[in-house]
Amino acid sequence: MTGSSSSSDDARTDGDELARPEGGDHVRTDGGEHANPFATVGDDIERKQRIGRVFVAVCAASTLVGIVALVVLLADVLLEAWGWVTLEFLTYPPSRFIENYYPGGRGAGIFPALVGSILLIALTAVFTMVLGVGAAIYLEEYAAESRLKGFIEANISNLAGVPSIVYGLLGLAVFVRFAGFGESLLAGALTLTLLILPIVIVSSQEALRAVPDSQRHAAYGVGATDWEVVRDVVLPSALPGIMTGTILSLSRAIGETAPLIMVGAATSMFRAPIEDVSGIPVPDLFGPFAAMPMQIFDWARLPEGDFQHVAAAGIVVLLSILLLMNATAILIRNKYETR
Amino acid sequence: MSDATEGADLSRAGSDIPAGKNLAVRGVFFACALVTVLTTFGIVVVLVDGALGFFREETLFELLASVGAGILAGSPTEALEALRSGLAARVTVTEFLFGTEWSPIIRPRSYGILPLVWGTMIIVVGSALIALPVGTATAIYLSEYADRRVRKVIKPTLEILAGIPTIVYGFFALSFITPLIQRFFPETGTFNAAAGAIVVGIMIIPMVSSLSEDAMSAVPDDLRNAAYGLGATKFEVSTDVVFPASLSGVIASYILAISRAIGETMAVTLAVGMQPNVTLNPLEPAQTMTAYMVQIGISDVSVGSIGYQSLFAVGLLLFAMTLAMNLLSLQIKGRYQEEYQ
Repeated sequence: MTGSSSSSDDARTDGDELARPEGGDHVRTDGGEHANPFATVGDDIERKQRIGRVFVAVCAASTLVGIVALVVLLADVLLEAWGWVTLEFLTYPPSRFIENYYPGGRGAGIFPALVGSILLIALTAVFTMVLGVGAAIYLEEYAAESRLKGFIEANISNLAGVPSIVYGLLGLAVFVRFAGFGESLLAGALTLTLLILPIVIVSSQEALRAVPDSQRHAAYGVGATDWEVVRDVVLPSALPGIMTGTILSLSRAIGETAPLIMVGAATSMFRAPIEDVSGIPVPDLFGPFAAMPMQIFDWARLPEGDFQHVAAAGIVVLLSILLLMNATAILIRNKYETR
Repeated sequence: MSDATEGADLSRAGSDIPAGKNLAVRGVFFACALVTVLTTFGIVVVLVDGALGFFREETLFELLASVGAGILAGSPTEALEALRSGLAARVTVTEFLFGTEWSPIIRPRSYGILPLVWGTMIIVVGSALIALPVGTATAIYLSEYADRRVRKVIKPTLEILAGIPTIVYGFFALSFITPLIQRFFPETGTFNAAAGAIVVGIMIIPMVSSLSEDAMSAVPDDLRNAAYGLGATKFEVSTDVVFPASLSGVIASYILAISRAIGETMAVTLAVGMQPNVTLNPLEPAQTMTAYMVQIGISDVSVGSIGYQSLFAVGLLLFAMTLAMNLLSLQIKGRYQEEYQ
């Protein structure tokens, strides 16, 4: 009781300050406070409603902060890149000289890094699909509710919180040096695989869990083995969900810069990591490679003012690919989400 | 379970499925799951091994090799000698943790990591000052006030912020935020902590808002209705009922967001610079732990040099900090989930 009366005291002083024109009313209710404990209720409600309105406004404004930041960020990148994303930019190797990027110059751009990133992501996709789906199948379809399963799952959720640069150190020590892959496409792809594996596993687990048990039981009922149930019943119906999750994780991998710096992705590669094996272009798994985020980092660090536009153009290419991947994932999800 | 299937398994007596196949398939899947455990193990071994090479003359594996060679040669004194020389101190842990000068490559060398930790802390505090209030208010708005359709649009839109590559935030800081700051404080340099803190803050808003919103939505409506029944206004329900009831989930989201800010790399490297600096002035350049690792990563330090080994020592500290935060967050969230079951 005492608590509430003291808070309504505070309230009234606040209210007075907020609402001078109604001062007369407040004097009257003040006078009646001791006589009638309920005299201030209406007054309080007005004040509370006012606070409530201010509060909603603050909360809505906060929500806008994020949205506005997103819009400003995208607008900034697009404005800086305006006129710089040309066909030459997509098809030429980078250059140290800004003149080469100008329209009518010799032509310079993001080509090796673009191809490098696409190959990197393709390789990562293969590795994560195998490992991630395999691990998810083990956890959802095979493992009993044991301490081992709990340990593996807790471990996965911890891995998801490890900074990406630490994965870079792991890749540097294990793939680049210990396994002897060198600063290669393969080392980069394996590092990115480990980085996104936790997310792929968790999303694949969700997709597997969404397959109704009745389908499994029906398959067992007609004599299928565990493996047959997984292969012929569970996987086909979980595949869209698995694909969606994997593509979304890959779209995180394609923008990752820090781990690639650690495994030594090249900052200035003038050719794409592709070999010619008797006329057929083959990805050079063990050779050096450039990747888009590395290339953007390189451009963004250059002091000459116009390189800022080149970096922005690189970002536009990177974000376009990201958008394409996310759109694909959403399309797959929407197409199969009718169950 | 297996008894039952074997008992009912008459039809498969003549089937062509080899009995061991199921087991083999299971083994393959288990191996995939094991990769994640090996990853954690690998991270710890790699960091400890490399960090030992920073603090001592030899890394863990070099030490094992040299001591092993001594033992194989049948000479315990040689092995002991190898152990002693390998364990000779290069950098003391005390100097590393409490020294105030960080210059592992440029002479005069010194190995106190405090300036880097300080840089990281400035970014963490600055970004938290932005993201925690904004994220919480956003979560309250989405959970308590917003129309369901509005929420369905805004939540994924905000999550786009979390999906934008961090290098893009670095660019945004350099090309937009810093010039904006310079307009008000002309003495601000190209690299400054404030721009880094602002972009990291923007980046982690969706972590706070999404996870907090989940926690607030999970508060049972009974609590809200009870408060309304007592005459509470919507504001009071939001701040005095829903917020406290979801507090553990909200705090878990704070910790995850802070952990992400600690490990954030590219945005702070580009925005804050590569200059270790203990200062309270957010308009000055600084260097975070992660930015230092990038600096080493893009320079030509030779493998095994103290500069190269310092990567792992800094990485180990970074890993320990984020791991502690993540475990704390899980702990808090675990307690919260029990509350309403």
